Amino acid sequence: MKYKDYYAIMGLDRKATAAEIKKAYRKLARKYHPDVSKDPDGEEKFKEVAEAYETLQDPEKRAAYDQLGNHQPGQDFRPPPDWGKEHGGPNFSFDDIDLSDLFAAFSGSRQRAGQDGRKVSMPGQDYEVNAHITLEEAYRGTELELNLSVPEYDENGLPRRVQRAIKVRIPKGATDGQRLRLSGKGGKGMNGGRDGNLYLNITLHPHPLFRVSGHDLYLDLPLAPWEAVLGATIQVPTLSGGVRLKVPPGTRAGQQLRVAERGLSKPHAGAGDLFAIVQIAVPTVVGDQERALFKALADGSTFNPRGHFERS
Amino acid sequence: MQIEQTEGLWLYEHYEFSLAELADLSGMPETELREWVDEGVLVPIDPEAAQWSFGADRLVTVRLACRLRKDFDLEPHSVALLVMLLDRVHELEAEVRDLGAKLPRVLR
Repeated sequence: MKYKDYYAIMGLDRKATAAEIKKAYRKLARKYHPDVSKDPDGEEKFKEVAEAYETLQDPEKRAAYDQLGNHQPGQDFRPPPDWGKEHGGPNFSFDDIDLSDLFAAFSGSRQRAGQDGRKVSMPGQDYEVNAHITLEEAYRGTELELNLSVPEYDENGLPRRVQRAIKVRIPKGATDGQRLRLSGKGGKGMNGGRDGNLYLNITLHPHPLFRVSGHDLYLDLPLAPWEAVLGATIQVPTLSGGVRLKVPPGTRAGQQLRVAERGLSKPHAGAGDLFAIVQIAVPTVVGDQERALFKALADGSTFNPRGHFERS
Repeated sequence: MQIEQTEGLWLYEHYEFSLAELADLSGMPETELREWVDEGVLVPIDPEAAQWSFGADRLVTVRLACRLRKDFDLEPHSVALLVMLLDRVHELEAEVRDLGAKLPRVLR
């Protein structure tokens, strides 16, 4: 088992009082809690802090932790002889477990024992996992294989780390930030309690062409000046192949042309739309003939794009 | 190692949960969820209905409220305030994302 220095994680002295432990926890929770922090590593850091606090704020667990001795963080260690018997019960094994599972099992066994010694049913733990998928995968639906390292408890409430592989079918309808619930795929329930659930938080990888807002997609549509003036029919990419889009004459930069139902599928029915945002592109290098044509246009046109400057 | 197969359910407002289902899934007692409805953390689809039902996306809010309550040791009124402020932050973030999506990239 690898040692974790709970005091160092919380920036505390080993002699810290209960009030100091609580104060340090609150400060660190505000800094790293994933629901309120912008720190990209906040979630991992908060997990460490919460694990340390969970043990240090409980006098019984803290005493048991202190008896483990002082080791280097990450160092492999074995608890002193009799520690397992005293705190974990007979048949206790330190193989395949994590320090956090060990102390979680502590409170688990206390709760499960109940006041009159009867075993109380406990629902399994819920797991939350971030899943990154591409826009194409979100559009078509996809399958992901998740490999989770999770604690499992035997009938005595003793933990063991197990590897679980879960193949998840992600149905059509995903978009950025959407949550998927996988019923009963969390931790195993105890004493007849139901199994926990697994929650997937979907994040979409950025796409080179399409930008996503809800179930709508946005695409930049560069037009040549003459296409914008005269109108044109343009082949536009969508997630389900190209479509021909009619650009009306006199189209301006920034205008949005809607291609209905070519966005991401919605979970209940229908789909978002695709919006092509017009940009007027100009050639940076022009040949002699092109230059002459533009010159002729400049000389012959009465168009004044800045008429409103003069009026104001 | 055995591979388990499973199909997911979107937590989307078009699916509905009853109060009992929401309590079961979040691990919160129904009495506490009723308190959150009183505080405005949770809004039933029809507050006048005899049996409340909630959009499935509300489970995300309830799970958030549970985490905040436990991790910051908050009482119901503070949970309500924090959930309301976080909702506003998320709305603003969604608006920024939306504007970012509509903003053309500079042509190269």
